[in-house]
Amino acid sequence: MPKRTDLHTIMVLGSGPIVIGQGCEFDYSGTQACKVLRAQGYRVVLVNSNPATIMTDPEFADATYVEPLTPELCEQIIEIERPDAILPTVGGQTGLNLAIALQRRGVLERYGIELIGASSTSIELAEDRRLFKQAMDEIGLRSPQSEVVSTVEDALRVAEQLGYPVLVRPSFTLGGSGGGVAYDPAELRQIVERGLKQSPVGQVLIDMSLLGWKEFELEVMRDARGNFVVVCSIENMDPMGVHTGDSITVAPVQTLTDKEMQRLRDMARAVLDRVGLATGGANVQFAINPDDGLVYVIEMNPRVSRSSALASKATGFPIAKIAALLAVGFTLDEIPNDITRVTPASFEPSLDYVVVKIPRWDFRKFVGVEDVLGPQMKAVGEVMAIGRTFPEALQKAVRSLDIGISGFGVGNYPSVSPETLRVPTAQRLFYTAAALLQGASPEEIAATTRFDPWFVRQAADIIQFQKNICEQKPRLEDLSADTWRQLKRYGFSDAHLASLLGVSETAVRARRKALGVTPVYYRVDTCAAEFEAYTPYLYSTYEVDDEAQPTNRPKVLILGGGPNRIGQGIEFDYCCVHACFALREMGYETIMVNCNPETVSTDYDTADRLYFEPLTAEDVLNIIDKEKPDGVLVQFGGQTPLNIARALQDAGAPIWGTSVDTIDLAEDRERFNALIRSLDIPQPEGGTALSRQEALEVANRIGYPVLVRPSYVLGGRGMALVFDDETLGGWLDKHIVWDEHPVLIDRFLDDAFEVDVDALCDGQHVTIGGIMQHIEEAGIHSGDSACVLPPYKISMYHIEIIREYTHRIGKALQVKGLFNVQYAIKDEIVYVLEVNPRASRTVPFVSKATGYPLARYAAQIAAGKTLAEIGFLTEPRVDGFFVKEAVLPFQKFPGVDARLGPEMRSTGEVMGHASRFGHAFAKAQMAANVPLPTEGTVLISVNQYDKGAVIKIARDFHQLGFKIVATAGTAQWLQAAGLPVTVINKVSQGSPHILDAIRAGQIDLIINTPRGGQAHYDGSLIRGAAHMMGIPIVTTLSAAAATVQGIRALREQPLRVRSLQMHYVAAKAANPLAG
Amino acid sequence: MKGLLALEDGRLFPGVGFGAQGVQTGEVVFNTSMTGYQEILTDPSYHRQIVTMTVTHVGNTGVNREDIESRRVWVAGFVVRALSPIVSNWREQGDLDSYLKAYGVIGLTEVATRVLVRHIRSRGVMRAAIAHGPAAEDPAALIELARSTPSMAGANLVDEVTCSEPYNWTEGGSSQWYRYRRCKEPDTSSPLVVAYDFGIKHNILRMLVDRGLRVTVVPARTPPQEVLAMRPAGVFLSNGPGDPAAVTYAIDNVRYLLGKVPIFGICLGHQILALALGGRTEKMRFGHRGGNQPVKNLLTGVVEISSHNHGFVVSPDSDLGGAEVTHINLNDNTIEGIRHPELGAFSVQFHPEASPGPHDSLYLFDEFVKLVQSRQ
Repeated sequence: MPKRTDLHTIMVLGSGPIVIGQGCEFDYSGTQACKVLRAQGYRVVLVNSNPATIMTDPEFADATYVEPLTPELCEQIIEIERPDAILPTVGGQTGLNLAIALQRRGVLERYGIELIGASSTSIELAEDRRLFKQAMDEIGLRSPQSEVVSTVEDALRVAEQLGYPVLVRPSFTLGGSGGGVAYDPAELRQIVERGLKQSPVGQVLIDMSLLGWKEFELEVMRDARGNFVVVCSIENMDPMGVHTGDSITVAPVQTLTDKEMQRLRDMARAVLDRVGLATGGANVQFAINPDDGLVYVIEMNPRVSRSSALASKATGFPIAKIAALLAVGFTLDEIPNDITRVTPASFEPSLDYVVVKIPRWDFRKFVGVEDVLGPQMKAVGEVMAIGRTFPEALQKAVRSLDIGISGFGVGNYPSVSPETLRVPTAQRLFYTAAALLQGASPEEIAATTRFDPWFVRQAADIIQFQKNICEQKPRLEDLSADTWRQLKRYGFSDAHLASLLGVSETAVRARRKALGVTPVYYRVDTCAAEFEAYTPYLYSTYEVDDEAQPTNRPKVLILGGGPNRIGQGIEFDYCCVHACFALREMGYETIMVNCNPETVSTDYDTADRLYFEPLTAEDVLNIIDKEKPDGVLVQFGGQTPLNIARALQDAGAPIWGTSVDTIDLAEDRERFNALIRSLDIPQPEGGTALSRQEALEVANRIGYPVLVRPSYVLGGRGMALVFDDETLGGWLDKHIVWDEHPVLIDRFLDDAFEVDVDALCDGQHVTIGGIMQHIEEAGIHSGDSACVLPPYKISMYHIEIIREYTHRIGKALQVKGLFNVQYAIKDEIVYVLEVNPRASRTVPFVSKATGYPLARYAAQIAAGKTLAEIGFLTEPRVDGFFVKEAVLPFQKFPGVDARLGPEMRSTGEVMGHASRFGHAFAKAQMAANVPLPTEGTVLISVNQYDKGAVIKIARDFHQLGFKIVATAGTAQWLQAAGLPVTVINKVSQGSPHILDAIRAGQIDLIINTPRGGQAHYDGSLIRGAAHMMGIPIVTTLSAAAATVQGIRALREQPLRVRSLQMHYVAAKAANPLAG
Repeated sequence: MKGLLALEDGRLFPGVGFGAQGVQTGEVVFNTSMTGYQEILTDPSYHRQIVTMTVTHVGNTGVNREDIESRRVWVAGFVVRALSPIVSNWREQGDLDSYLKAYGVIGLTEVATRVLVRHIRSRGVMRAAIAHGPAAEDPAALIELARSTPSMAGANLVDEVTCSEPYNWTEGGSSQWYRYRRCKEPDTSSPLVVAYDFGIKHNILRMLVDRGLRVTVVPARTPPQEVLAMRPAGVFLSNGPGDPAAVTYAIDNVRYLLGKVPIFGICLGHQILALALGGRTEKMRFGHRGGNQPVKNLLTGVVEISSHNHGFVVSPDSDLGGAEVTHINLNDNTIEGIRHPELGAFSVQFHPEASPGPHDSLYLFDEFVKLVQSRQ
């Protein structure tokens, strides 16, 4: 069937902010869908609230709406754009849920819009656990016995029938949010209470537990003619009980025979038939009893997913792109396979390599949370590695994680007994290695972990090599080329071998190369070499016959950011992709190196050539040896590539753009301070310390409170505000291992306004891209603070000072590309807090708001162009206000104090824009899924220090008609100011108390400002309850003031929508000289 | 112990031996199936072929008595990248190394299989010698041996694999592997299918039985008159090794049977049917061997993902005596199926019985039943 000609305009729904369970894989899928639909001549309207995505770049759609993904605003967009169809299957569960909401509101019917790619009945059938179970029964497939309950009592009854442990899963939540395993009634009660609150329909599923069973996934596609293919089979190394997003997974399946595999294939097909997925991609998950092979169908997702992004990268089969084509009527056999060119997409990829995915967690950011894994996903990112064998791929994946572990068996662990491996944790893989090193048998480990014995044995073989080296203690010169090759075939890194041999990595590398042990690059070709591959999508291995075929063109290597983590996420991938686009336009061949399967950068058609490799010095240098690029770009991928920049330069790599020395200067506090002093720019008093004693001295010299942080980290990892010697000491004990990197200590500027500036410099000239004011005051990490462009509360005088300082700094540092400066304004003085001579987290936001692609310009500068040649000499102006709001994962980590602080913890961001600040702020809150109430009750509970200032805010709420509830202390102040206040008990004062009111839904908005080193017990409970209940909570007074403005704006005028394209037209009209 | 694969063009692929020791020759081919090595090892169509698996890890699930496709291992040699050091599967009844040893078959592991596959892809399949043990130390002799091996073109290998006596087959497929509804067990009143054994796979027989057919397997050289004397409702032409054009007696026999009884052929059986209808066959450069091949059913427009194992193919321009092409391979547009409605005969080049491979084409067995019933 050829493509449909009855459709003209197609609306694509994005997935919104990056959250745990819904990451940047949907930028990859959405971008593919937009690209291919436009290429087919359709008019594409895109809605996505996430400005950090490539898909929301204005050239990927005809109309791009960076607006909250609510049915109300979508309806407004539909009213303007009149799409013929909506494609909801590339925007994750958010996209599907939004489509269902539009359908229920009658919007689809009213505007005659067709859902393509999935029908509402199939979406509901796949998502509603009870309907799904029934459907599986009908087609004779087992699915875990389970019951949907809406009360705790029913849950207890059902669990009694099924037998403990049971699995609890809330209906309609992302990444199994709110779920858990309950081993007894007490645990069950706790988990069910939470789950019922998180489920939008107030239901949870009590599941029969298949803990320890083998888990498999099939990524499948089908078209309107019924053609069906399995794109990829995936085996989870972690057995049932761990969410697949938290599982180490392997493709292709390793431990099933053909009969067992084909049975799953037949079942997957039957599931699709029954659920009624007409066209597109889906994911079907199975559990298999390792003792007798009994199969259970666990779930089916009728859309592209995290797993399908992984499957696409693992096989070279672009699922999202093909799903979009199928949705508009093509059949699989009408779509060519891009990689082989001669064969069609109606086939099943065959893999002659092994792919391993390992999730990346950030538990250290959430003090108090156990790193135990269960049915609720907790990973914030993942890496994928390709090797010819499982051991090689596993070791490559381990070093791709960028957690300071250079190989599977690296790390000093206390004695690990196999028994401790019974509980799945983020560290279990490494504890497994430790247990093997300490002599545990593979059989014992398989028995406790329930990893398939096959995986354990492969892991044990790796460890055996390591043990041999440890025992024989050979000298570097003693290792023969054959031994080298064997070690390399088992995935051992130079860094790991260097530590085992007690020599430097440089020496290892030199020796290895002298022996001629270098990798070859094989192509990911979808077909196990049956056909020639025209796409240079490559991975390294230690065999023979290189397939890289490097060209003689001028070329640039772009280093990606590696796995997503808090502080280094999609924003940096966005910048890398733009660098690719810019250099390609300039005629360079672009070569991408990255190991993150969720990203646009690792799409095989983003760069001219793609190396799916770890971002270590060794792996990158090997590629450089092969490709001999003219330039290497390290400033776009966040901290990961910067960390290896020095090693690359020392090995002779041509680093383009800002020099490595400048990067070091910015990180080296002594040098940086000297520079800033010489530029005559104020800095908060500060110092560095290389020991505990020094740290205490510096802190006391400056005077508490002080901000402390380790150097060379991103996202404020470990950063804290400390108030006295005791809290400083405690922090040092917890976060610092004294080495050559010092601890940075700075005076904390109370109540200062913070400002972020993104700017470009070509060495001669500086152009500011955007100046953003943080809405939260100083002390909140810039990544977690809402910010607004342009600043809404800073005088022109200070802004001029900021501009002038920025120019001075850029030129003095000889930046060649992007740099980001953070300022604080306190008592009329502008201080410089920090300078980062690289792409920053806010670059996509600024680019989206202004319409000027800063990352592209930075890449052009790195390649030698000047700002004048680029034509970007004037700071852009925007029409109206753009607010960026952070999205925090506290819902996933019950028990963590949900307060903001100097350490970044947000996973994603959204953007709201409007002509008034209040509307823009309200939109950003709505997009972040905590819409501001326009009426109701506000709970105010602030610290001593804020009590005076909160009166004005309380008065505003009163005037807006809100009822005010406060705890005794705050209430006194408010009553003294003549405001009517209802006093409510603190938790310690007994029921009915503040938490009861929150849980009972009597509170619509909370203003709660914590203060002090130890969060107040009540405050922590309040914040936790607010996040669980999805009640907006404001933890700073400046944000409270912004909230008042937002609510006022909402009450005065309804929200309007405007596409970025229309916005840019307006902005240019208002400011014809810019750019 | 050391192992070596020596190709007739002089290219050498060293590896580590497993299975039996010694030297063996054959045509080196590759298979892209990611599962199903035991079915492949025991498929008689691989007789005199050295099979290279493209999937990395082989042997993970061991071997068992259920997954065999004939009475023995047929491959002349088995080449893999990484032999599993362990067996892990709830159905396993032994490991691959011992299995090959028991059948005297040489295996090689740690071979640069991707390089080998790309070599075959660009140069075509070729003769080779595989050695495990002392013989691997003499590459020149092995290359010489490879060159003296008879070519697959023109080779009649059917006589070497067919059964010696007719037998009845009564076993069906195990219900745990299939979702289709099975017919009642065949009895004496059920239609009889006589299956010519050119190297037949067990799963073909199981699929016939599951559809209510009574099955008698006969040796390849059984005269057609004898077959007709058994009053069959249909005749099945099986898969098998070698050059179809060399099995002249089978072509003659089928020509005799055409029009007298419904006929269904698979793989070699398909080629023999095409030859009997007046067509021609030719040797392919490296054939189709794998479980992921897109075959389009031209009658329905649906694409079937199918299991393949063939090095010969019906020539696209040959005169098929009025038969129409029903299936083509979308990768290279080769003929994958034909039918002659008037003569009541049809055949496919690929393997609807799968084993290994996807089950998309099992409907062809139902069509055979329909054909048989319509002609009774």
